[in-house]
Amino acid sequence: MKVIVEPSKYRLPIARPLVGVAGKTGTWRLERPVVDNSRCTRCYLCEIHCPVNVIRVEPDTGVSIDYDYCKGCGLCADVCPVLAIRMVPEE
Amino acid sequence: MGLKLVLTGNYALAYAAKVARVNVVAAYPITPQTSVVEKLAEFIEEGELDAVMIRVESEHSALAACFGAALAGARVFTATSSQGLLYMHEVVHWASRARAPMVMGIVTRTIGPPWNIWPDHTDYMDQRDTGWVMSFAMDNQEAFDLTLQAFKVSEDPRVYLPVMVGIEGFILGHTSMPVEVPEQKLVDEWLGPRRQPYVVDGSEHLAIGNLASPEDTEEFFMDIQNAMEQARKVVVEVEEEYSKITGRPFKGPVECFKCEDAKYVAISMGAWSGDLMESILQLRDEGYSVGLLRIRYYRPFPGDYIFEKANSTKGVVVFDRAVSFGSYGPIFLDTAASFLKHARKTPYIKNVVAGIGGVNITSDDFSRILKRFVHEVESDDVNVFEWYHKGKVVK
Amino acid sequence: MSRPPLPYKARDVVLPGDAACPGCPIPIAWKVLSAVFGDKMILVIPASCSSVVVGMYPGNSLRASVIHVPFASAAAVASGVSEALKKRGITDVQVIAWAGDGGTADIGMASLSGAAERNHDFIYIMYDNEAYMNTGIQRSSSTPRGAWTTTTPVIGKSEEKKDVAKIMIAHGVPYVATASIGYVHDFYNKLVRASKIRGFKFISLHAPCPIGWRFDPRYTVKIARLAVESGLWILYEYYDGKIHLSGPSRPYMDPSKRKPVEEYLKLQGRFRRIDDELLKSIQEYVEKNWEWVKRHM
Repeated sequence: MKVIVEPSKYRLPIARPLVGVAGKTGTWRLERPVVDNSRCTRCYLCEIHCPVNVIRVEPDTGVSIDYDYCKGCGLCADVCPVLAIRMVPEE
Repeated sequence: MGLKLVLTGNYALAYAAKVARVNVVAAYPITPQTSVVEKLAEFIEEGELDAVMIRVESEHSALAACFGAALAGARVFTATSSQGLLYMHEVVHWASRARAPMVMGIVTRTIGPPWNIWPDHTDYMDQRDTGWVMSFAMDNQEAFDLTLQAFKVSEDPRVYLPVMVGIEGFILGHTSMPVEVPEQKLVDEWLGPRRQPYVVDGSEHLAIGNLASPEDTEEFFMDIQNAMEQARKVVVEVEEEYSKITGRPFKGPVECFKCEDAKYVAISMGAWSGDLMESILQLRDEGYSVGLLRIRYYRPFPGDYIFEKANSTKGVVVFDRAVSFGSYGPIFLDTAASFLKHARKTPYIKNVVAGIGGVNITSDDFSRILKRFVHEVESDDVNVFEWYHKGKVVK
Repeated sequence: MSRPPLPYKARDVVLPGDAACPGCPIPIAWKVLSAVFGDKMILVIPASCSSVVVGMYPGNSLRASVIHVPFASAAAVASGVSEALKKRGITDVQVIAWAGDGGTADIGMASLSGAAERNHDFIYIMYDNEAYMNTGIQRSSSTPRGAWTTTTPVIGKSEEKKDVAKIMIAHGVPYVATASIGYVHDFYNKLVRASKIRGFKFISLHAPCPIGWRFDPRYTVKIARLAVESGLWILYEYYDGKIHLSGPSRPYMDPSKRKPVEEYLKLQGRFRRIDDELLKSIQEYVEKNWEWVKRHM
């Protein structure tokens, strides 16, 4: 079943993968998560649950967060089993 | 040359889908289209057509499933009528705005209530704003030819729009006529493999239909209008090629029947054009100078051609088998607008709406209407809109 | 040295900066999908919050394929896509109909039933945030009894929640499961099992919505867990003719182990007007559901 995909000159409503489709969503924040990496047990729960996928856990360095896109929802602070993350008000 | 068969209009649609080698058929039965679906099911289960049939639970799902399959790279076909066509109307728009090439047969039937299974063009005309290329057949050979050509038109990169082919329910749908089906090898060479502007099959990451700004949206739709303009020459090219390889006579988006020297011209579309032609031959014998412009492609509307052929006549009468309540018949509206595009002064253009709800219009009716029109023009007293019912005129 | 509990491919499919509300469960669920399928998935998305979460043209917040479809047609379009791919011999991409409770239980019910009955080979996931959230929190058939919505603003919903999972079981499809965003590993396992089954698979995913349910966004997962811990949301799979109760729900077969439903309800503003009568009916509802599950195990 052969299919020839031949794009045309017409503009089509086709979108492609893009980081930050809603802009720098970090500006939405009212609070920001602050991590105490010394308490972190590298369980990965914060990375798994972050809805914007901005948390990365590495075995050596612990948790890092991309604050450009973090919306400040607080889920990471809530799921952390050792309370290594606190939400502090954004300046 | 090919196979000479005796087929009903519905079977002609099914045979066209078969030789076009469709891969997916998703359809729901409705009178008078049902035998299209049944014939295709037979082809598939007998192994004559290598396709999947999705026996959907509604027409809305029928076109939706066709849409999904088309996006994933399949050549698809479906058919419907009346209420079913209305039920899938949302998806009709979706398919053209997503630029998904596909072909659909419309076995026309009026719309209820009251329940009525007989043909007019109301359901077909209800789709005229959707951005589908639209053609209409006069006999079963044409039903077959237009449908087969529809695949090539739809998958042309200059068009990339879905195409619908209309035939009158029962009059063509259930009536047997000789149809020549070209050799499969010939069709394979001419039609070729499926072509589409993008495919959703995991080979790349794309999202079709994300939210878009007003400006971007307008640009997408302007491009649909552009594609329609391109379709004008594509439908001619496709038919020329097809005529060459099958020996079928070339007719074009509008068939000129005795229109070259006619002082009065009628415009019509569909099976009743045959009765109209009979009436014209009869009237010519009686000394009337009448001719016919028969519309084969309704969208894009061949207004320029019609204007060119009819502007020098004394009068044009447009027969519509549908009406836009509160206004006029759709073909009349398109015709009048096309004339205004070119000229300030036009010949008399009259609209006769008839045959609604499946009422049968004979060549005698047409003769009566045409004679009266000629008389009206000559007395300079033309009634622009008329609904012809039971032999009488209702203004 | 710890091993990540979910595959690393979940890192680069759901892209940061989407248009979802803070704390939205949808992208979390998509991350779990990507942990199973990577970028080799085609999401068929009808009108829903998800239609908007992915962002505006020309950008898309997922590194996967998305087909946006009319509201009632997700199951039908997914049927067409899966049949066409099967015909073309393409087996390495997963077709997923991803619809909300509105697009599934209400307007999409007919096409859902049709696709299930015909047993097409794809996964249908209903993410259940228990109202028409995208249009501003209107009541759906999946809204629980007593909940405030903008179309049940004073009295709250009068009818019991429609149980779509049971409807799918009645259709006799090869696999039906309930899942919760509070138990992502359980959801992951269910997706893996579903991906290995040929035929129609249905998963009902409980997805608390901070805006619609009126709670602080940080509690999305906590509230989803409370629903399971109070026995209100039962995690199970249905295949081979019976219910298989999922690990996280097992303790709550025993009513004495369940947390009181009030703990779940009091965290949500939409249940602010709950009275004793409604509370009792909710407790009875929980008991009735467990009876049904036990009978079919």
